[in-house]
Amino acid sequence: MPDTALSAEDARFARSELRGRKLAAFLFVAPLLLFLLFTFAAPIATMLVRSFHHPTVAELIPETLASLEAWDGKGLPPDNARNVMAADMKRLANERLSGKLAEEINRLVPGTSSVVKSTARAMPRADDAEIATNGGALLTDADAAWGDAEIWKGIVKAGEVYTTQYFLTALDLEQGDDGAIQAREGAKIYVDLYTKTLKMALIITVLTLILGYPLAFYLANAPSATSNMLMVFVLLPFWTSLLVRTTSWIALLQTNGVVNSTLMGAGIIRSPIEMLYTQFSTIIAMTHILLPFMILPLFSVMKGIDPSFMRAAMSMGARPIPAFLRVYLPMTLPGLSAGALLVFIISVGYYITPALVGGTDGQMISNIIAFHMQQSNNWELAAALGSLLLAMILLLYWVYDRFVGAGNIKLG
Amino acid sequence: MPLDTSDAFLKFDNVKKSYDQKTLVVKDFSLDVAEGEFLTLLGPSGSGKSTVLMMLAGFEGVTSGDISIAGRSITRTAPYKRNIGMVFQNYALFPHMTIAENLAYPLQVRKMSRSDVTNRVDEYLSLVELRDFRSRYPGQLSGGQRQRVALARALIFEPSLILMDEPLGALDKKLREQMQYEITRLHEKLGFTVVYVTHDQTEALSMSTRIAVFNDGVVQQCAAPAELYERPSNSFVADFIGENNFINGRVNSITDGMAEVQLPEDGTILAFAASGLEAGGRCRVSVRPEKLFLPEEHHAHDNEVRVTHVTHYYVGDFIRYYFRLAGGGEINIKFLNDLAAPELKQGEQTSLVWTSKDCIAFPA
Repeated sequence: MPDTALSAEDARFARSELRGRKLAAFLFVAPLLLFLLFTFAAPIATMLVRSFHHPTVAELIPETLASLEAWDGKGLPPDNARNVMAADMKRLANERLSGKLAEEINRLVPGTSSVVKSTARAMPRADDAEIATNGGALLTDADAAWGDAEIWKGIVKAGEVYTTQYFLTALDLEQGDDGAIQAREGAKIYVDLYTKTLKMALIITVLTLILGYPLAFYLANAPSATSNMLMVFVLLPFWTSLLVRTTSWIALLQTNGVVNSTLMGAGIIRSPIEMLYTQFSTIIAMTHILLPFMILPLFSVMKGIDPSFMRAAMSMGARPIPAFLRVYLPMTLPGLSAGALLVFIISVGYYITPALVGGTDGQMISNIIAFHMQQSNNWELAAALGSLLLAMILLLYWVYDRFVGAGNIKLG
Repeated sequence: MPLDTSDAFLKFDNVKKSYDQKTLVVKDFSLDVAEGEFLTLLGPSGSGKSTVLMMLAGFEGVTSGDISIAGRSITRTAPYKRNIGMVFQNYALFPHMTIAENLAYPLQVRKMSRSDVTNRVDEYLSLVELRDFRSRYPGQLSGGQRQRVALARALIFEPSLILMDEPLGALDKKLREQMQYEITRLHEKLGFTVVYVTHDQTEALSMSTRIAVFNDGVVQQCAAPAELYERPSNSFVADFIGENNFINGRVNSITDGMAEVQLPEDGTILAFAASGLEAGGRCRVSVRPEKLFLPEEHHAHDNEVRVTHVTHYYVGDFIRYYFRLAGGGEINIKFLNDLAAPELKQGEQTSLVWTSKDCIAFPA
């Protein structure tokens, strides 16, 4: 048997050669890696942190929060704590930061925004010495609400640097006075929205599958001239702006749009059907937009399936449909699952189409996340909602991996 | 093997096929196959042999004509009702099923009871010596093993006919020879009827009862291997089957089926006259490399031509010599690589001799 062991010198050369190759490989991907780090990994990490880390109030009134620590939450806080609060209020008013505090506390104790703001207006007139000794009374003078324990509890809660309240809100839950987690009163907006989003994504996935599978089959078996030409039509939507495609659905579906006027012109309906700004319009527009994501993986898998498999099955006596179900369909599973997963995940987080054609009925979870980021300015809740969405998708992927196997995915 | 056409098992009757409604890919194909016969369709690619097979299996429609099995026309029968087993070049084993499941599939389709299926699968797995592989997937088998599974799967439902479409095309030379033996063994043991398509003539010659040589959509000759090799009916078959040398000449006269051929470099040779040969016409005389000898070898001969040695190549078990005829044209000979192999220098003049019954004159 020949001696295959490396000498010490050979081993050193081999190691340095390997190091060189690894370094070269790293340098090739380094720019993209940096780009992804700054534009993808970092924002997601910030979002995750923001959903439970909330230092704003703690930074605004640190001294008040420190003195409130001694308070047991029963009755009013001790005098010195209220005096410190009054002093903090005066400082905030002078620094013009009281509005921010008002917004934060209002989120937990609705209706207190004006209390904080009016108090902040009154405080600067007060004398520092008087505040230090009789600040609590000054607060109650400015607004009677300071005599109620509710607002103080709200301040303590808002002052927590690490909090689960946004996640609880996102799940339509809240923490009661006794600290127990209970269902929030009123409508279950977010859970309902998540359910609706999943349901819509499922419908869209099934629709793209029903529409895409036969087409992909035809394309994969057509002569290459025909299939290339038709493939251009499949890819055409990728070359047009998403906005253009979505707005064209508005033109089609609106009350006096193409569909309604055609139906009325043909005498099929008397009065126009309300199609735009409904779940229906969101589903139909998104099915259209996401169809290529289903067709492409299916096509690439079907392209690799030799016609002889179906022929073999039929030569053995199987009728075409049983042969398809038993032989062809299982062989297309990698493409089918890849397409379905792709369409489902994209549609769960889809924003622009529901925003434009969805109205209130067709809103999805991403629209409410955008709402909290842009209008209600509650970034923490938006982050919590987004994190839950991410967790949900990861969970679905895990389930998929358990039952189908992620290794089966074939994208192209 | 003489065939009584009245009780032919498989019968092609004037079958034609066109894909583009303009040209015929298969022109007037008529052939009778007896039960238990091993018929090979041999021809270059694009000659129409695969199309014939596809029409027989039912995957391509018949443009005109009729195909019948055991007296019943199957031209309009759906492929899944024809009861024809097929072995494909790429094996077409279902990758998501185990070997046993692959074999069981045609039986399950036929609603056979579970215990019967298991027994039959076991029987056929042992037949191809793959019992230990029953729960493997096709992807875990070697090419030769997959081919044996494909063969067993085509045989397991006892079809009336087995079609094989270049089944050994994807195997290397050694495995191919093994599989040839395997197929022949199964054919002899089980006695099924085979229609086999290949472009490999060695395969065709060693396995078949009869070979139909295809070219340009037409059967050039259909005969037993030995006859095809020794008595090709036209120059295409002579050229396509085995190796052949062609010597151009002109026919002086034909007597008793033997033609006297005038060569351009003076001298005449005698050859069997193929059909269609006319005195005074141009002709091509074919003679196989292994039938030619040098005069020193003292073989009986009645034909002789003068040649110049051009070059020779060392092949291994034999050496191939190239000669040029005085009147133009090349001839090659194979000599066994033994002590008798002649030593010739480039440009050396010599003669080649052979007997007249070993050559055929075709009209040119």
